Amino acid sequence: MSQQVKNRAALRAATRAYRLRLVLARILRYLLLSLGLVIMVFPFYWMISSAFKTAAEMNLFPPSLAPRNWFNLDNFRIAFEKAPFARYFLNSVLVMLGSVTATAFTTILAAFAFSRLRFRGRELLFSLLLSMMMVPFEMLIITNYQTIINIGLNDTLYALILPFISSIFYTYILRNFFQSLPDGLYWSARVDGCTNWKYLWKVMVPIARPSLVTIILLNALASWNSFMWPLLVIKSDLMRTLPFGLYTFTTEVGANYELLMAASSVVVLPMVLLFLFARKQIVRGVARGGIKG
Amino acid sequence: MQVRMEGLTKHFGATRAVQDFTVTLASGELVCLLGPSGCGKSTVLNMLSGIVPVTAGKIYFDEEDVTNLPPEQRGIGLVFQNYALYPHMTVMGNITFPLEIQKVPPREREARAREMADLVHMGGLLARKPRQLSGGQQQRVAIARALVKNPRLLLLDEPLSNLDARLRLEMREEIRRIQQETRVTTIFVTHDQEEAMSISDHIVLMKDGFLQQHAAPQELYNQPANQFVADFLGNPPINNFEGSISGGCFVMADGARVCLPGFAALKEGQEVRLAVRAESFVLAEGPAGDRLACRVDSVYQMGKEEMAVLTFGGTPLRAYIPSEEGLKPGDQVHLGLKDRGVFLFDSHTGERYL
Repeated sequence: MSQQVKNRAALRAATRAYRLRLVLARILRYLLLSLGLVIMVFPFYWMISSAFKTAAEMNLFPPSLAPRNWFNLDNFRIAFEKAPFARYFLNSVLVMLGSVTATAFTTILAAFAFSRLRFRGRELLFSLLLSMMMVPFEMLIITNYQTIINIGLNDTLYALILPFISSIFYTYILRNFFQSLPDGLYWSARVDGCTNWKYLWKVMVPIARPSLVTIILLNALASWNSFMWPLLVIKSDLMRTLPFGLYTFTTEVGANYELLMAASSVVVLPMVLLFLFARKQIVRGVARGGIKG
Repeated sequence: MQVRMEGLTKHFGATRAVQDFTVTLASGELVCLLGPSGCGKSTVLNMLSGIVPVTAGKIYFDEEDVTNLPPEQRGIGLVFQNYALYPHMTVMGNITFPLEIQKVPPREREARAREMADLVHMGGLLARKPRQLSGGQQQRVAIARALVKNPRLLLLDEPLSNLDARLRLEMREEIRRIQQETRVTTIFVTHDQEEAMSISDHIVLMKDGFLQQHAAPQELYNQPANQFVADFLGNPPINNFEGSISGGCFVMADGARVCLPGFAALKEGQEVRLAVRAESFVLAEGPAGDRLACRVDSVYQMGKEEMAVLTFGGTPLRAYIPSEEGLKPGDQVHLGLKDRGVFLFDSHTGERYL
């Protein structure tokens, strides 16, 4: 009898200890996550808040966490006066749209060919393409630069789009997805008189929409942020894209950080918003296309 | 529409999937292509649909040679094991898709789709997406989609294999009903003999790429062309006994013998296999030349009948015996043979003698 009571007490104590451990583990986990959050978000916050501060506020010591007036848009106005940011923005948008549209188109067609069409050397060709992914971008820059100079496209927006109208990586992701579709789907459509072209656009592409959205978003992100390449092929002020424009702006305004932060906010915000809205989509698409194959 | 295959042959590299396959399927019938996995039945179907080009031979739809016709010009409807519905379209969208491709005007498209949906009892679920449907419902939609363009020939490739047992029975009857209502010539591929026996007008039984027998289900069961056909059909499987002909009797290695009238016509010493269906035994009183002397090993109650496992000449056999006989393990009994369901095959070639 007393043995039983003792056992029960021991069990209760063990349970309590276990629960306590769980709670502690959870607290620790959230502490770490919070720390990560602060490290990730604080620079963004600092940039945005600084964009609304006056020059005097910027020089305060200790620095203030928030601007005195969140509606102080002077920095934006001055930044836009000092450099053609609107034009940069337009350039960035044009380049992004051009390269995203072209990449989506070539990727869809290539993925279809590599997954559905039968031709001699298909697998070999695809392996070759994949092996090209090993070549670092920095190496391609030299040949790309020569090509652009030779066809006389330097210092135009075309120079920013042309090298980025296809992507092996996205083709790979999409091909894997296409390959996961059952053959029956294709043959059902074919016996109904559906051509390859129609099947691709009416069946495969709609089904692959999640993967496609991911590809387009990732591509847009890369295009928006690209810096090295514009720096090389763009000379005139009016052809600059946002990151490049921002870079030259830095040298112009020097220590006027509030102006710099205002300009940076304009550059970064669209992509941050895009990413926030499409985060799930991006992660899901990469996981689906990439891991399965 | 009549379907005629003449010397149809398909080789995939060194693999001979279908060999010299010649068969004529009557118009308006439901025919099962039956056989074990890898026997080439799906390849035959794929050659009929044009998905797989033929290595040799001819395919005729009525008098038209379609051997080299592309799939879309053959006028066929296809149904796959995995349904192959377009996941991003509704049931309506799926059924109208073939008509959309053929540029049928939208109003007619919908009317015909509705008619088909009603035929397969899916009229109330036209707005659903495939993932919101059960397997059986998806297969109904797939059948409607295959039938909506009025194909000359409906091809079903193991359409019931992905369904659970209860749904399979239900869909089996449904396919039969739909076929009866539309009277479209239908070819149904399956490896399930029971399925084939229950719904088809004719069965084409295949093995290793060769045609074994083409007959009505009952004839296939009652008059198998060879050992393979006899073995493949029937549950429990047919009982086989190895032996040879001696003095007009069938004699097994340990001397167990049975003599039937037809045996005398066979060559002395011929090695043969006696095959008897479980329902072709009758319990008899006392020994006789045309009876099998057996020992009862075990007895299973199956309602009005018992399934008895006995031993004859060292070989186990299964027999249906009326329950009131009250067999017990260890009993020595004598089994007579009925006229139906008793065959004699060549031990080596499987050729049927009796």
